Formats: sequence, structure tokens, C-alpha cells
Amino acid sequence: MKLKAALTSVALAGSIAAVSTPAMARDTISIVGSSTVYPFATVVAERFGTKTDFATPKLESTGSGGGLKLFCQGIGTQHPDITNASRRMKPSEYDMCQGNGVTDITEFRIGSDGIVIASSNNAENLDISLEQLFLALAKEVPNPDNENELIANPYDKWSDIDSSLPNVAIQVMGPPPTSGTRDAFVELAMQGGCEDLPAVADMSEDDMEGVCHSMREDGPFIEAGENDNLIVQKLMSDSGMYGIFGYSFLEENADRLQAARLNGMVPTVENIAADQYPVARSLFFYVKKAHVGVVPGISEYVEEFASQAAMGRNGYLKSVGLIVPPRDALMDLQDKAASMPNLQKSELL
Amino acid sequence: MTDQTSQAELVRQSLKRRYRKERRFRAYGVIAIAIALSALVILFADIIGKGSAGFMKTTLNLEVELDGEMMYLDDATDERQIKMADFVEPLIQALMKELPSASESDRSAVRDLINPYASVTLRDALKENPDWLNTSRSMTFLAHTDVDVFVKHAGDSAYSIKLTEQQRDWVNQLVEKGVVETSFNDTFFKNGDSRDPSKAGILGAMIGSLLTMVVTLALSFPIGVAAAIYLEEFAPQNKLTDFIEVNINNLAAVPSIIFGLLGLAVFINLFGMPRSVPVVGGLVLTLMTLPTIIISSRAAIKSVPPSIREAAEGIGASKMQVVLHHVLPLAMPGMLTGSIIGMAQALGETAPLLLIGMVAFIVDVPNGFFDSATVLPVQVFLWAGSPELAFIERASAAIMVLLTFLIGMNALAIWLRKRLERRW
Repeated sequence: MKLKAALTSVALAGSIAAVSTPAMARDTISIVGSSTVYPFATVVAERFGTKTDFATPKLESTGSGGGLKLFCQGIGTQHPDITNASRRMKPSEYDMCQGNGVTDITEFRIGSDGIVIASSNNAENLDISLEQLFLALAKEVPNPDNENELIANPYDKWSDIDSSLPNVAIQVMGPPPTSGTRDAFVELAMQGGCEDLPAVADMSEDDMEGVCHSMREDGPFIEAGENDNLIVQKLMSDSGMYGIFGYSFLEENADRLQAARLNGMVPTVENIAADQYPVARSLFFYVKKAHVGVVPGISEYVEEFASQAAMGRNGYLKSVGLIVPPRDALMDLQDKAASMPNLQKSELL
Repeated sequence: MTDQTSQAELVRQSLKRRYRKERRFRAYGVIAIAIALSALVILFADIIGKGSAGFMKTTLNLEVELDGEMMYLDDATDERQIKMADFVEPLIQALMKELPSASESDRSAVRDLINPYASVTLRDALKENPDWLNTSRSMTFLAHTDVDVFVKHAGDSAYSIKLTEQQRDWVNQLVEKGVVETSFNDTFFKNGDSRDPSKAGILGAMIGSLLTMVVTLALSFPIGVAAAIYLEEFAPQNKLTDFIEVNINNLAAVPSIIFGLLGLAVFINLFGMPRSVPVVGGLVLTLMTLPTIIISSRAAIKSVPPSIREAAEGIGASKMQVVLHHVLPLAMPGMLTGSIIGMAQALGETAPLLLIGMVAFIVDVPNGFFDSATVLPVQVFLWAGSPELAFIERASAAIMVLLTFLIGMNALAIWLRKRLERRW
């Protein structure tokens, strides 16, 4: 008897779960995209949720490319309304959007993020040029005896590259290839240090990319997974180790870590905002205009993001490590939030 | 004669060696258990060591002067006025009163001791009790996360203290006065996710897990049991049923991420179901747990002695009566055990949920099967990757909650088996 009752109740619950119809209209803003923008966008979303009567937006960290792919899949509430990106939309992605009916998009540039090479306070700090960094971490480097020939990376210690660098073994922990931070590091730091080498100067663009973008795989560069906290912990326990991660992790651990000088530049808020620090990138988000007014709160969310309270000199985004834009750029951003101009393909080329 | 003694002698001689061998063999077993146990002890010690602080919160007990003029508020029932009113000022002034050494120029340093969401707490309290305006109230607010970290972890090298010397001094004074207190972290069990570690909680993830599990159980248990009964009791033994059996066994070994891909392609892209909702999560996890339930249910049915079936058939019961009245009740304990273990597995799963959008920052606690939700292991994953150090202890605390649930479910499985099992 008991068994029968139990079975009936389970079956009943099953039918209820299966029958109730999906709620097609959505009243929560759906945001996807870059894991670099995620820590900033989540803070804005939460503030927006407590400040207004709208539901708190839902954020998925899918990576910049994954986010744009979801975003460009079409119009309709099963597709996201906003996507974050730690790089600009590519023309091909713009075409994909257009092809799926996502024609009206507004782009917002929301400040920058620097990538730092940091070590424990007890370690010898690096003061290194991008070229030296390339020599330390690339798979193939020019032969020291013949600068036009490429050989497998022979350097074991920093001081093998230049006597001014520390006399310790090269050990650098960095993000895996799936990470946007890795993409940006490879594009800005590695390529920056490699382009002007005589050995690659005459190569075709593809070959050059092959050489410049390959990290060494013989041990000194250690792929540490997506969790930057683990890199920080490892740096604390081993002072011969250096780590690559986003500026916000440096700021969070400011009293325990020190950042390397790259091309003579220290990663400070001022240097990154002024584009002086060589390994910095702009952050973006894209809004699907067809959803404004359909999903409630989108324009208000954008306003909150562009507000003085969020991105001003003392804004709350600054305290979580975003390099906020200068005053003029912020004014432009606020104008954009009000007018929401369409992104043109010509802007991306 | 001499031959026989030498035989006995030989055995005696080898005896010592054989005993030694056996002792060594047993020692290997003990060592294996010791390694497994020590791994478990290290895991638990690490999680409990890191996570126990997550169950404590740091609060400020303040005597707040709700002066309407200071807050630009003369009617607390007016929505518009509430929106424009200043709820930070009364908090700062209340804290300044407790810190005689702080001067007017230290205002922003004092403000940084209060949680940024404390003003929301004050606003909501005033919205609920409009008559509090122009009175003085003694209320409790969350402290800033930096204060929380300082109070709990001062001197711990794993944490980075972000307060200035002056602020540390103030906090020490406030602790002595009893203004700053640590108490049980009920916020952790009452709130959804937040980017502020002090305000973050696991209620949203717990409800999300519950809703997902309800869908999973409601679908996978009846389907799994029905499939097992048909395959064991009714299906003819032929190539086709062999083929199905092999496939079910293979399905049990498929990596869970594949089920996530399947869910994305079928439920979201083909059927147009919304992302990040417990229904889709439950459907995907159903696919994952079904093979486990079918296999364990079949084993349970097989273990029912044939004599029972024959006896029932002998007194004229139909095939269906045999199954429903005799086989199913006797096989139920084994089926339940298998299902609970399958559910426990599903409860700890994150990979398939990644693809259907349940790995997301969701603040609001879900109210139904079609509300965006996340689940407990995903919450652990999200917190473990956050830059804020205070999330480390929250992540460990959430692991402890998750483990409690898992241990509870496994204990239930054992209890059910003990209670319902019948021996022949």
C-alpha cells in the first residue's frame, strides 16, 4: 500500500514537471561572454538588481568568442540580450549576426584590463623588455650566434638571456590556450616582442604568427588552468616562480605580490588607462537593440554601467580592479547609452 | 622413513617463510587502506580548516539615527522619495559616534568599514516600517568584507589584509566595545549569490539543486524502473535485447559532458527551451542517471528468487500480478539504493550543466522550474575562481554543505537497504 502511494506521488510529480509549459517571455536580462569582464559585469548586475525594481540580470561566463556566437544566433528571448568581450567583435562575427537577423547592435567600450607578470614579494622582481620575455617563453627563438636562424629555445635561466635579469631558472605559470587572457598575452606581449626580430621580419604573416604565438612546451612555461587563485598561491610558496594573470588579481593581493616592469612600465592604473603599459586591452559589451523594450531593464542596465557611480573616479567598478576610462571617454559612453547608435561594419575593419 | 621426516622437515622450514609472506600480504592491505584514509583525512581537514570561518559573519551593531532631514526623506511610504533618499549617511554618522578618534576628514575611511549593501538593508527596513523615520534604532549590519577578513584572519599569511593601519586600529577598538561582532553566518543560508563575499549565500544554489533533483528523480526513476522490468520480465531474449543491453551498459560509461552537449542540441536548440533553467538541467541529468538506475534495478529484479515467481504463477497469478505484487516489492530496496546513488552522482555534477547555461551568476533565488538557477557544485566552482580571497572560505563552506547532502543521501540508501532488505 505504502509502495503504491510512493509510486503514485513520484509519477504525479513527474507529470507536473513535464506538463507545465515553458515561460516564453523572459523578465530577466540574459548576459553572456568574456570571463575577464564577468567580475565587473556581475557587480553592475547586482547593484542594478538591488537599486531598481528589475530582476537581477543573469550572467554566464562563456568566453568572448563563445559569447558572441550565442549572441549572434538570433532574435528572440531564448537568445542572450548582451554579450561581454575582452576584445573587439570580429568582422566575421558581425556578418554572422547580420545573417541571423541580429542587425542592430550597439557597442560599448568600458575601460581596460592589464595583464601582469607577478611574483611573490620575496622574489627578485623582473625588469624586462618584451623581446627578452619572448626569448624566455617562446618555443623557437633566434640562434644567439646567427640571428636569422630559429632554434628550439635554449634558455634555462633568466640570466642566460641578459645578465641584468635574475640568476634563477625560468619558471612562469600562465593561463591555458582556452583562456582570453592567454590570447591577449600572446597577441600583445609575445607578438610585441617577436615582430621586430630579424629572423621573423621577412616571413609571411601566417608563418610569423606561428613563431610568435607558440609558447614553449619544454617545462619553463607552465599551464596552470583557469583558476588564477591557484597561481597566486603557488607564487606565495615558491619565490622563484612568476605568474601571468589579470590586473584585478594583482590588486587583490597587492601586499603580497609585486609586478614586473615590462618595457620599463609598471602596471598601474594610470599606465594602463593611458595605454603606456604594453600588455593592456580594452573591454567591451554589445547590446542587441531588438531586445530593448522586450526584455525589461536593458537600457536601465546600460545606464547603470555607464554611470558615474559605477565607472567614475571613485566608482565601485574601480574598487574591483577595472581600469576606468578617463572623463571624456566616460561622457561619450553615457551619450552612447542614451542614444544607442548602431554598430557599423566599417568601424570594425 | 627418512624420506617422510624430510618431507615434514621441509614443510616446517617453509612454514616460517609462508607466514612471513602472509603477514606481508596483509600489511599491503593495511597500507592501501591507510593511504585511502589519509587522503580522505587530508581532504576533510583542508576543507574544514578553510571553510569553518565561512560559517561566521562579522557584523556592526549600530545605534542609527533615522533623521529625515539628514536623509532627504520626509515620507517613508513614498516610493520616489525612498529612491532618492540617502541611506549611507545615517550609517556613517552612527559609526563615527562610536569612533571618537575619527575626524571629519576620515569619513571615507570610516565608510569603508561598512558593507556597501548595508544601506540597502536600512532602506528595506524603513520601507517595511515607515514609522521608524525620525527615531533612533539599534540595528545590526554586515561589516565590509575587508573588515570580515581582518577580524577572522589577522596574521594569517594566506589572506591579504586590505585595511590601513588606522582602520585596523578602529576595528580593534570596535571589537572591544562590542560594536563589531562575529556570529553564526545566517546570511550564508538566506541569500543567493553575490559578488560581495559577506553577502553571498547558497540558498539560490540549494533551491536550484533541489528543483533539478526533483525533475531528475521524477523522470529517471519511473522510466528506469519501467525499462528494467520490461527488459527483465517481459522482453524476449534475442539479438535486439542483447543489443539494447550492451548499449545501456555503454551509456553508463559515457562522460557526462556528452550529455550536456546532447541537452544543448536537443532541448535548447531544437525544442527552444530556455537556458539555465532547472527543467533542462533535470532532463540532462535524467539522461545521465538513467543507465545507473536501469542497471541497478535489473540487478535487483534478478536477485528475486525464481521460486517466488513460480509460486505466484502456480496459484494462478497473471504475469503482471506476479511483477506488481511480488517481484517489484521485493526488488524495491535494491532499486531505491541504486536510484539514490545515481541521484547523489547527479547532485555533484557540473560538466553537463556548463553547456546548458546553469554555470551562471544568478542572484535571485529561483521560484520555480522555469526560473534561472544554478546548483551547489557550480556555486563552489564559481566561488573558487573569484578574485576575492574571502570567497575561498565560502567555497569551502559550500563544499561542506554539499558533502553533508551527499553523506545524507548515501546514509538514506544504506538505511533503506537495511530496513527493507529481505533474506532468503
